[in-house]
Amino acid sequence: MTETELRVSKIENGTVIDHITGGQALNVLAILGIDGSSGEEVSVGMNVPSDRLGRKDIVKVEGRELSQNEVDVLSLIAPAATINIVRDFDVIEKHRVSRPEAVTGVLSCPNANCITTENEPVESRFEVLEEGVRCAYCDTIIRDSLAAHISVA
Amino acid sequence: MRHDHLISAKQLSRDDIEAVLDRAAEIADDPGAVADAREDTLLGLCFFEPSTRTKMSFDTAMKRLGGDTVDMGSVESSSVKKGESLADTVRVIEGYTDAVVLRHPSEGAAKLASEFVDVPVINAGDGAGQHPTQTLLDLHTIRENAGFEDLTIGIMGDLKYGRTVHSLAHALTNFDVSQHFISPESLRLPRSVRFDLHESGAQVREHTEIEEVLETLDVLYVTRIQRERFPDENEYRQVAGQYRIDAEMLEAAKDDLTVMHPLPRVDEIAPDVDDTDHATYFEQAHNGVPVRMALLDEIL
Repeated sequence: MTETELRVSKIENGTVIDHITGGQALNVLAILGIDGSSGEEVSVGMNVPSDRLGRKDIVKVEGRELSQNEVDVLSLIAPAATINIVRDFDVIEKHRVSRPEAVTGVLSCPNANCITTENEPVESRFEVLEEGVRCAYCDTIIRDSLAAHISVA
Repeated sequence: MRHDHLISAKQLSRDDIEAVLDRAAEIADDPGAVADAREDTLLGLCFFEPSTRTKMSFDTAMKRLGGDTVDMGSVESSSVKKGESLADTVRVIEGYTDAVVLRHPSEGAAKLASEFVDVPVINAGDGAGQHPTQTLLDLHTIRENAGFEDLTIGIMGDLKYGRTVHSLAHALTNFDVSQHFISPESLRLPRSVRFDLHESGAQVREHTEIEEVLETLDVLYVTRIQRERFPDENEYRQVAGQYRIDAEMLEAAKDDLTVMHPLPRVDEIAPDVDDTDHATYFEQAHNGVPVRMALLDEIL
């Protein structure tokens, strides 16, 4: 058993998100809409040593498997993340996130004059660029602090 | 040109542009030949913010093609005032008309509208975003006066919020054009436009002083420095005067420099330029009718 695993206990059923860019764990929780208020059992490791990343974060969520939308946004702030689906203490599925061509309904456009910020029946949509994302409606490009624009609940 | 909607100048290929401009030139030569071309066609004019040239030239163009227009009227007198969404407004107007021309203060409005209707949506300006039909008439004016071969164009003024500039910059990447952007640092091109220009491999340079580049230009496209964009009036005063041209200044320019402006102007082009051979902005405005006739004839 490695030092990292000792720090964050095993879960019975749920998702382990590993190899999160160091310091991004709280943003991952924001993407998942987890703020502790609804009683989810969550373990977080931050800035733990990693052979691959130097430092990484880990989030383990009991009783929850991630939607594709959530994984898509995760890929933007944690491109090296791996998703482990756990059932009965065993990892039954393990895959890396991959950057989607677009993300829908998960980021809000920072352009206050973008039509998606008004009371219209559309979800935000962002094209994923090599660096950052671009609003499909107003063309605004976000390169930094993507997590600050996450609107998924 | 075969697009369901015209939302952005980025949609326009060189072939698309030349097809519209060629048709516009034919129409300008013989407008009577298309007097009945779009009989029974009804165009919806949905202008959510004030417009003189764009609205009147679309209205004129449709009527000169034998069709007609219906006008949503001012926002104050429409259901928008009651809180109706844009999506609902255009879905209603879709049932009345064969195409919708949309001017809206928000970026992305035309794109959104196009997702809710089956009739063509033509973007007549969306906030600081795009204004592709202005670009077509700008390109027509450039082609008639300076051509597109080995062209050096300066685009000066409010490049950050100027939608005509954004559309023109994109469209010019289809041609052998060197683009020089002249503006205060605070009003330089937005990141998204610079990104697209870079991706397209366009020849682009940015300047803060017109004098750095004036004598090399074949075309100077001037836009208004918008006082309301500056948080500080003093900051506006410091830069505004630097982006004003007059006849004396243009003595340093090429004799055949074409000076353009999407209008309305305030004080960025002195009235004494009007009497020089450089002044092309009124011709540019007049070109709105044959170009929009050509566009409507192509798209409908």
